[in-house]
Amino acid sequence: MATIWISATDLGIAATLVLLLALMTWRLHLGTGRQIVISAVRTTVQLLLIGLVLTTLFTHAEPGWVALMSLIMLLLAGREVMARQDHRFAGWWGYGLGTLTMFVSSFSVALLTLIGLIGPEPWYDPRYAIPLLGMILGNTMTGVSLALDSLTRLATQQRAAIEARLMLGHGWRDAIGDAERQSMRSGLMPVINAMAAAGIVSLPGMMTGQILAGSPPMEAVKYQILIMFLIAIGTGFGTLSAIRLGARRLFDTRERLRLDRLKS
Amino acid sequence: MPLRGPSTKLPVGPAVAERLAGPQLVVKSLTGPHFGPVSLEVQAGEVLVLSGPSGVGKSLILRAIADLDPGDGMVCMGGMAREQYAPTEWRRLVGLLPSESHWWSNRVGDHFPDDGCRWLDALGLDPGALSWTVSRLSSGERQRLALLRMLAIEPRVLLLDEPTANLDPDTSLSVERLVQRYIAERAACAIWVSHHQAQVDRIGSRVLRIGAGGRAQGEAL
Repeated sequence: MATIWISATDLGIAATLVLLLALMTWRLHLGTGRQIVISAVRTTVQLLLIGLVLTTLFTHAEPGWVALMSLIMLLLAGREVMARQDHRFAGWWGYGLGTLTMFVSSFSVALLTLIGLIGPEPWYDPRYAIPLLGMILGNTMTGVSLALDSLTRLATQQRAAIEARLMLGHGWRDAIGDAERQSMRSGLMPVINAMAAAGIVSLPGMMTGQILAGSPPMEAVKYQILIMFLIAIGTGFGTLSAIRLGARRLFDTRERLRLDRLKS
Repeated sequence: MPLRGPSTKLPVGPAVAERLAGPQLVVKSLTGPHFGPVSLEVQAGEVLVLSGPSGVGKSLILRAIADLDPGDGMVCMGGMAREQYAPTEWRRLVGLLPSESHWWSNRVGDHFPDDGCRWLDALGLDPGALSWTVSRLSSGERQRLALLRMLAIEPRVLLLDEPTANLDPDTSLSVERLVQRYIAERAACAIWVSHHQAQVDRIGSRVLRIGAGGRAQGEAL
């Protein structure tokens, strides 16, 4: 089964429709018109660049280049997480918290999968390592940024109620508990929805891609199930640890709520 | 680690014995970004009134004493520095009642230890009020229940930020009587922010005026 190539005209027609969408949101005063255009341009440029990078990387499959590529992906994901916070942590924490938790969860899940489950030769084969890490990292990024955004927003909104508990001698963990749980749920919700809807409401992108590229559906499905689980594991543990660390950072050693550690 | 009484961890000596017999709460040169320095002492059984125009930082001083905001200076209770208490223990013993109360659960009783409360009738509250939802409470009921919520954990120092602001004169009197009875029975003490001269005359043995910039006019020592 041959792949059907997509022409520049095909992409151009789709791009025109995106412009139309941006125009409509602009007329509705949603304030997202610019954002839609900018993100659409970013998608195009970033994916074209990554196409070039992957082509080069696949022809020189060396561990150093794969590691460098992974590091760049992580740093960019960390920047995205930070940019999506309205009340992010000030200083290095703003960047470091999301990046560190994503590093620990995404990289350990990706390594475990490459070495223990899929087992390509060599294990760092960029054809497997880079897309796998990309999918786990991308989803973990969504979970971590939603959760952290929710945590800092709730802490700011519920400041008075949190401090009311502190005033009555409750510990910081009890005082922030409701906000903490709610934030963890917000971070986990997308991946729970994705798993619940997979195959019924939506055909996941990777599986669709494999099928379009000519793989037998059952092979594509098995891969997709594995990927779903990996995404859930990476997102889940990344989100939980980011919120645990973030909640701790909101209080000092005297268990005072320190919203001055957030940038508004 | 409960630290209900003056701790046995203290070195024993004449100076210590003197301190234990001395004031319940000692604040020395407490300074925050918007107030201070403030120095004061409150004896067991005493109410110190904090007065002064709105916005000079009286509430911030109370927050800093309760260790909710970082500040410079020294705060001691029962002869022990604040830093020797665990933060939660300190706030249980030094109860702060802010001018506006906040509630984190829907049901009133959830905010009380063991879902129980004495003194409801002393403040003219309905005996079933603990089973109500918070949204049902009037501002005056909230204020009185917030006071009871704090007294229920039995603090030794009460920091009261205009506790009768939303109450009619009769209810204000019953709040004053309850606080005075609590203080007398438990050898506790209080710092009470009040604007009403009549109330100040009734409750306070001494008054510390806070002026512009949160500077204490004199010291209450």
